[in-house]
Amino acid sequence: MSQWFPKLKPLGREVWERSVLLTQFLCCIHIIKEHVVEIHQVMGPSMLPTFSAVGDVLLVERLSTKFQRIKQGDVVMALSPENPRLIVCKRVLGLEGENLVVMPTHGSGRVQHIKVPKGHVWLQGDNLSNSTDSRHYGPVPYGLLRGKVFLRVWPPGGWTRF
Amino acid sequence: MAEPLWFLAKRSAAAAMICITFTDIVGNFATIQGNSMQPTLQQGHKDFISLLKGDVVFYEKISAPAYKYCRGDVVVLRSPTDPDQLMVKRLIAMQGDWVNVPGSHEIHQIPKGRCWVEGDNGNLSLDSRNFGPIPLGLVKGRVTIKVWPPHRIGRVERVLPEGQVMFTDMHSCVITRSCLEYTFRLGERASYYQGLAAS
Repeated sequence: MSQWFPKLKPLGREVWERSVLLTQFLCCIHIIKEHVVEIHQVMGPSMLPTFSAVGDVLLVERLSTKFQRIKQGDVVMALSPENPRLIVCKRVLGLEGENLVVMPTHGSGRVQHIKVPKGHVWLQGDNLSNSTDSRHYGPVPYGLLRGKVFLRVWPPGGWTRF
Repeated sequence: MAEPLWFLAKRSAAAAMICITFTDIVGNFATIQGNSMQPTLQQGHKDFISLLKGDVVFYEKISAPAYKYCRGDVVVLRSPTDPDQLMVKRLIAMQGDWVNVPGSHEIHQIPKGRCWVEGDNGNLSLDSRNFGPIPLGLVKGRVTIKVWPPHRIGRVERVLPEGQVMFTDMHSCVITRSCLEYTFRLGERASYYQGLAAS
């Protein structure tokens, strides 16, 4: 038993060092994913024709939303106000304080005049006939925005900057 | 000559990464500003000496990804009117509940995905009575303990004000009443909950 202990000590130290290195690596990945840039696959028809319904892979940068540099026309990822575990991809059509005219979705609806309240944005999908967005759940608080889409990396023929 | 500096820089970077990951995933400390949660939580005053008397709390973010919050929890949330500001309020009602706005005869049903938050000090608090139900996605963590000042160290309890909320479904939330635990499953029937007895 006592002859094993001198062998275990350097082994223990190596295990420790590898664990520390692994922890640092995972922390690094987490920080990049949460605070710099993230990869997302979007599904669903609400952003046709900009994104296909079967799954485009996008790069989402997390800095613009933290520093409030989102502009009108940006495509953003946000937490859905109706289900906080769902991340949706929509376009920002109105910033706080702006007056918007929202056309009716169906022929029988009314034209709405909306002023976007302070601290909120108006999100709409590009596919107006098949998108659940601010026309249904109202202006979205800025705190729900997660990041801004800036590059499409898949499908490979369609690398586009937004 | 640069060797110890490089070593120090590497160690600092590693420590910073671990700290940032910890505050993102596990929880963080926060100093209380504003008296909207009195008497549960109190702020320090503006001059430096009294600043040390303000409450410092620890809020956990482990329940954040699955949104495992219960009615009555004190939560940290991003303000719907000012995205840079974090607020500390008590979570009063969840989606589907009917809440009676205190001091008036209004009854609101909380829409899908939203919740109702209120400060304990009704006179000073800017909360759901002003800006309505807020999306649950704005809630970032749950305050668990007060860590400063020393004479106020202790748990921040889950307390639901009496007679204000009507539940249709408890979302399998467990509320502790002294040493007994009740799990309510009310199904479709609405039932009036009288609030926790202070026991």
